Amino acid sequence: LHFKELLGKVEILDAKTREKLCFLDKVEPQATIAEIKNLFTKTHPQWYPARQSLRLDPKGKSLKDEDVLQKLPVGTTATLYFRDLGAQISWVTVFLTEYAGPLFIYLLFYFRVPFIYGHKYDFTSSRHTVVHLACICHSFHYIKRLLETLFVHRFSHGTMPLRNIFKNCTYYWGFAAWMAYYINHPLYTPPTYGAQQVKLALAIFVICQLGNFSIHMALRDLRPAGSKTRKIPYPTKNPFTWLFLLVSCPNYTYEVGSWIGFAIMTQCLPVALFSLVGFTQMTIWAKGKHRSYLKEFRDYPPLRMPIIPFLL
Amino acid sequence: MGRLTEAAAAGGGASAARSAGPPPAPLPLSSTSPGCAAAMASSEEDGTNGGASEASEEREAVGKRRRLGLLATIWLTFYNIAMTAGWLVLAIAMVRFYMEKGTHKGLYKSIQKTLKFFQTFALLEIVHCLIGIVPTSVLVAGVQVSSRIFMVWLVTHSIKPIQNEESVVLFLVAWTVTEITRYSFYTFSLLDHLPYFIKWARYNFFIILYPVGVAGELLTIYAALPYVKKTGMFSIRLPNKYNVSFDYYYFLLITMASYIPCEYVSVSTLM
Repeated sequence: LHFKELLGKVEILDAKTREKLCFLDKVEPQATIAEIKNLFTKTHPQWYPARQSLRLDPKGKSLKDEDVLQKLPVGTTATLYFRDLGAQISWVTVFLTEYAGPLFIYLLFYFRVPFIYGHKYDFTSSRHTVVHLACICHSFHYIKRLLETLFVHRFSHGTMPLRNIFKNCTYYWGFAAWMAYYINHPLYTPPTYGAQQVKLALAIFVICQLGNFSIHMALRDLRPAGSKTRKIPYPTKNPFTWLFLLVSCPNYTYEVGSWIGFAIMTQCLPVALFSLVGFTQMTIWAKGKHRSYLKEFRDYPPLRMPIIPFLL
Repeated sequence: MGRLTEAAAAGGGASAARSAGPPPAPLPLSSTSPGCAAAMASSEEDGTNGGASEASEEREAVGKRRRLGLLATIWLTFYNIAMTAGWLVLAIAMVRFYMEKGTHKGLYKSIQKTLKFFQTFALLEIVHCLIGIVPTSVLVAGVQVSSRIFMVWLVTHSIKPIQNEESVVLFLVAWTVTEITRYSFYTFSLLDHLPYFIKWARYNFFIILYPVGVAGELLTIYAALPYVKKTGMFSIRLPNKYNVSFDYYYFLLITMASYIPCEYVSVSTLM
């Protein structure tokens, strides 16, 4: 049913208690959910739009901001159910915080700031070349991430739940401290196979960093600025993007590769564990992304696996 | 067949009461586990915003509505009967030992094989959650069973000097009563003939068993600390070629400290 002439009415009920929270009359039929959220905020200022989840069914999926009221399966009065998503924080804020931490924390250990190692080591420098190289690689990695957050990534969601920042920072900062402690330790043992091992590892690291960056750029170019469109990513002229032929999420593939490189370079078990945990999480995300690609696009390339070519 | 409640096959907790606690049958619980296990990091780029909690609620509801297959029911009935019997045997062995010897010294040694067998067997409960025949989340069951395995194998078994501590008997008693209650509760539930007493016990024993179990476990770990420090057991020192270190002594200290938030989380999810 389309009511092009008539203005719509919207009632908003609490999804859990079914309590009537708000009644909006004289709503434009072409109004979007985003606009309705803004109207709702006027009567309930503590629920800013980012923390509102509006749905047609109390247990159903959230409606998208771009959805138009007219096009929804509703009657004269649209009944929407509201769920509070909790305090929200912007993705950009979270990313910047969680990446700035490791950058800074690693350097504290690298420079052997007092109270970490014994006092006789305060502000001393490691005699192993690989330790300096590792610092450069680790720092480069996080600087790259920060710059990508500011200039490259296009987020389809503006915000995430506030509690995520605590969870995420604990993870990133905690692991950074743990790794940095051993790599910069006065009793650090350099890799068993010496310069050969370090060179190989560095090559892996650099290639994967370039690869990861290439994928981020390719994904950015898929989506016009300010839009939330979704398209199938394809390989471009950049050879690093040819991994799209085999996996849905080559950015994750390259990311795991970078950390494996770093683990081989430093021959440090905590780094290997960090890589493993990261790999597990990224595999879960890749599988989810792969599944949603398959659902959304009938013509999705069948050869692709989520994260590891042919395997996973 | 009988209804299965939340934490149906979850292993025993770090304290007796985690499993002795009242199963929250009527209320759909959030499947967030006692947050002892390190939580994973960021949501992904296009991840659902806040959708995770919605999804877990749905999973909960589906799990509760699920009809157990015949094979699963038979297996779970057998499993719960076996575990009830096992812990009963343990209880009787402990009582007999004390009646014959008049002391608790040597008690652990006499029952250790049975304890280890049945407590380790409880690892299966994680599998039950994994394959979905029990509605508990894998993480919850995993944490609970792991804490028991930790106590049995990494503390009492490995640190021989503390085996004759009174605190060991304390948690053994708490665990035994808890597990007999819990497993018989599940058995009767599966057979659809739950005696009121068992149900009452399941909901009320934890009030006593909880503090007793926690006390027993904490005191045991505390007693073990000097030996761990002296021997440097389970520890890796620097330098080594994997550039890692681990100090079991500090690990135990952190574990002891974590009892407080862990128990708070598990009790609040049980209530």
